[in-house]
Amino acid sequence: MSLETTYPTRWRRPPRMLRDRRWRFVVQGAVLAYLVLAMGSLDIEWSRVVEGLARGQRFVEGFLQPDFTSRWSDIRQGLIESLTMTLTATVVGVLISVPIGIGGARNLVPAPVYGICRTIIAVSRSLQEIIIAIFLVAMFGFGPLAGFVTLSFASIGFIAKLLADDIEEIDPRQVEAIRATGAGWWQVLHYAIQPQVMPRLIGLSLYRLDINFRESAVIGIVGAGGIGATLNTAIDRYEYDSAGAILLIVIVIVMLAEYGSSYLRRFLQ
Amino acid sequence: MLELQQLYKTYATGDTALRDVSFVVPRGQVMGLIGPSGAGKSTLIRCINRLVDPSAGRILLGDTDLAQVGRSELRRQRRRIGMIFQEYALVERLTVMENVLSGRLGYVPFWRSFTRRFPGRDIENAYRLLDRVGLLEHADKRADALSGGQRQRVGIARALAQEPALLLVDEPTASLDPKTSRQIMRLIIEVCDERDLPAIVNIHDVPLAQQFMHRIVGLRAGEVVFDGTPAALDEAVLGDIYGAEDWTAMRREHEEDQAAEADATRRVAEVAR
Repeated sequence: MSLETTYPTRWRRPPRMLRDRRWRFVVQGAVLAYLVLAMGSLDIEWSRVVEGLARGQRFVEGFLQPDFTSRWSDIRQGLIESLTMTLTATVVGVLISVPIGIGGARNLVPAPVYGICRTIIAVSRSLQEIIIAIFLVAMFGFGPLAGFVTLSFASIGFIAKLLADDIEEIDPRQVEAIRATGAGWWQVLHYAIQPQVMPRLIGLSLYRLDINFRESAVIGIVGAGGIGATLNTAIDRYEYDSAGAILLIVIVIVMLAEYGSSYLRRFLQ
Repeated sequence: MLELQQLYKTYATGDTALRDVSFVVPRGQVMGLIGPSGAGKSTLIRCINRLVDPSAGRILLGDTDLAQVGRSELRRQRRRIGMIFQEYALVERLTVMENVLSGRLGYVPFWRSFTRRFPGRDIENAYRLLDRVGLLEHADKRADALSGGQRQRVGIARALAQEPALLLVDEPTASLDPKTSRQIMRLIIEVCDERDLPAIVNIHDVPLAQQFMHRIVGLRAGEVVFDGTPAALDEAVLGDIYGAEDWTAMRREHEEDQAAEADATRRVAEVAR
């Protein structure tokens, strides 16, 4: 019985998509050629780049010597506006997204409700904050109202989607047990589902609060009020030292929100 | 009293889980339901409180046919049927007290359960039940802070808080160690005796079933193949229920378990000495 099978000593991972070597060569070559041509078509004006570098240097200098005082009243007003906008938009966003998130959980609601809620979520998520802001500034005019509505709308997509996904992943045995006691739909929701998703909902809301603050700085640039508007004005006036001060304040506030929310979440688990 | 008449269940996938199941459980009787996994034990008890809808047949609890009742009547009927689960199925982040009081959800309006303002009588009864299962001082703890055996005791208290006319018990000891399993099983028997309560207990541990049950029904592939006293459950019948080879393997496993347990007890005793 010396009939031993010889096994290969080399193994290569089989290609997934293009099994023919020649085809792989052609496709790879085409991608490379397109990349080279595309780079060639970019019209880079090197003198402008050098000029820009000088401006960039002034910007960095401004950052290193931030000026908090000369525009303080503008900065203060912008900050208050931004913080107000952030807080109100997050609260309104959470209030609206809870029912939508519940409606978007397949294990809780009939198919038509699920479809409607998931559509609302998809619409809210597909529009970027800046696009909504531009549209709403055109509608409501410049100022924090447009910002507030923008952030509320964007929060709905974010929180409702993550809440709905979380509800779909809860432990079904706890729900079954509460249902078996003769509890109604609202009681099942309150006793079996809410305790399972509450820590996550609070965590998401806190996270959204600091996303909204950061976004408020961005959408202010397109006219939706808040600290972004102040930042935009400072940059337009070439006051990079004030702009640097504003950016530093934004960074500090986001950091505080980060530490604050992780501290809070530790209590909730 | 519970009576099943020609109960059938066929799932949408075409799998027949129950075929022509009929039996009567009189007051105060604790009936063990044994059978290999996939025999339909779990489906059977879930049909009774309609967590699963049966395909045909009648389920009579008193005068009501549970298979026919509509949505709101079903809620009212579920209140009368307490259920105890394999992995306890407590709401982990709620307190022990809230878990016990959740047995009253079918009796109170939503606003009362939402604000946790349960009637005084319900609260008094919940404390009494917690005392009965030996967990009075744990009332304010969160359910996930308890051990497995303690959690199952909360599960029992929750089912009893419903003041049920029937108890459905799904593999109550599957995730417990042998000693705790016997304590839990004894507790279930005692509370049923105290209340003259009929119960159906799904159980995969045959020796445990023989030790505690008043009566045993054996299911194989959705059909009743044995119905009698634990004493009548001999090797031939068990071979019939589980298939001869599987039963021999299960028995050997059980004997090994028992030998290991006895050995462990002896060693602990030696160390203690």
